[in-house]
Amino acid sequence: MSLMRLFTVFATAVLAGCLFVGCSRAPTTVKAASLKPNSQRRDAPDFTLKDADGKTVHLSEYRGKVVLLDFWATWCDPCRLEIPWFIDLQRKNKDRGFEVLGVSMDDEGWEVVKPFMKSVGMNYRVVIGNDETTQMYGGVDSLPSTFLIDRQGKIAAIHIGLASRKVFEDGVEELLHAPAGIVIDRASLSRGAR
Amino acid sequence: MLPLALLLTGLPYLAAQGSGHLSVGSPAKISGARNASVQTKIPVTVDPGFHVNSNPAAAEYLIPLSVTWSATGALEAGKVTYPKATKEKVGDDTLTVYTGSFDLIASFKVSASAPAGPGVAAGKLRYQACNSTTCFPPKNVEISVPYQIQ
Repeated sequence: MSLMRLFTVFATAVLAGCLFVGCSRAPTTVKAASLKPNSQRRDAPDFTLKDADGKTVHLSEYRGKVVLLDFWATWCDPCRLEIPWFIDLQRKNKDRGFEVLGVSMDDEGWEVVKPFMKSVGMNYRVVIGNDETTQMYGGVDSLPSTFLIDRQGKIAAIHIGLASRKVFEDGVEELLHAPAGIVIDRASLSRGAR
Repeated sequence: MLPLALLLTGLPYLAAQGSGHLSVGSPAKISGARNASVQTKIPVTVDPGFHVNSNPAAAEYLIPLSVTWSATGALEAGKVTYPKATKEKVGDDTLTVYTGSFDLIASFKVSASAPAGPGVAAGKLRYQACNSTTCFPPKNVEISVPYQIQ
């Protein structure tokens, strides 16, 4: 086989591959194992709390965005481990329709929370939680407790305790990739196909 | 199993969470004469797999285990001696913590004007428990130390 013929075969194979699979860098599809299918998602309860600037925050304002809702406290070491990851997620995905919202459970309130926010460079909004807020979310007795909320305002994942950075990244990525905010319910699809 | 349980059962599971993760036994009764220095042991047990921050704690932001007295009657509150801490690694941080069973030693001085007879010193033990991945809100446990002035 001549060199030219070998090249022709190779080029044809590459072209055929491009036609079937696509040569452009299509967005990576991340399958986050921790996300619930749509049918099992519940509405994230709305709440109204003040942020560090005294501005009123309604969770419902975030409808249409993917939200990472993080219940944390300054005295919680695992929470402090996760916060730099959330700062990164906020920085990378803010322009893609994503927001982190922190709910501090510090009894001392802004007196301890504001200095901490400044010291770690938190680039997302934080509100001070209360009993009413935690009851809405099932008690939230342990920290960190993190809820991933889809664009429809439904809870897509719950992480109690320290989770891995990848789990959050994959979950956020899948929710952001959902076309027009709709996440494919794979479980329902597979049931329907039978 | 926990993540699976959460996925299957959702929010109601969270409401079922939460115990103190620490228990305090009954301190031994104190007996002494006026002006005497007296001590009692306060037995503490932390649930397996959990830890509480030492006193002093490894960092300013952590909540140490601590005893404070609210009403000591005929006793004057003195120093509380905390046990030697062990080290626990959480991520990149090294914490100093208490695990398992240990005693706190509470010292008092019997007041010079203490009337003879029984009494109770009251206080609280404050702590904040965690395991390797999760922390629980600070809690207070009431402490009662019975005493007898001779």
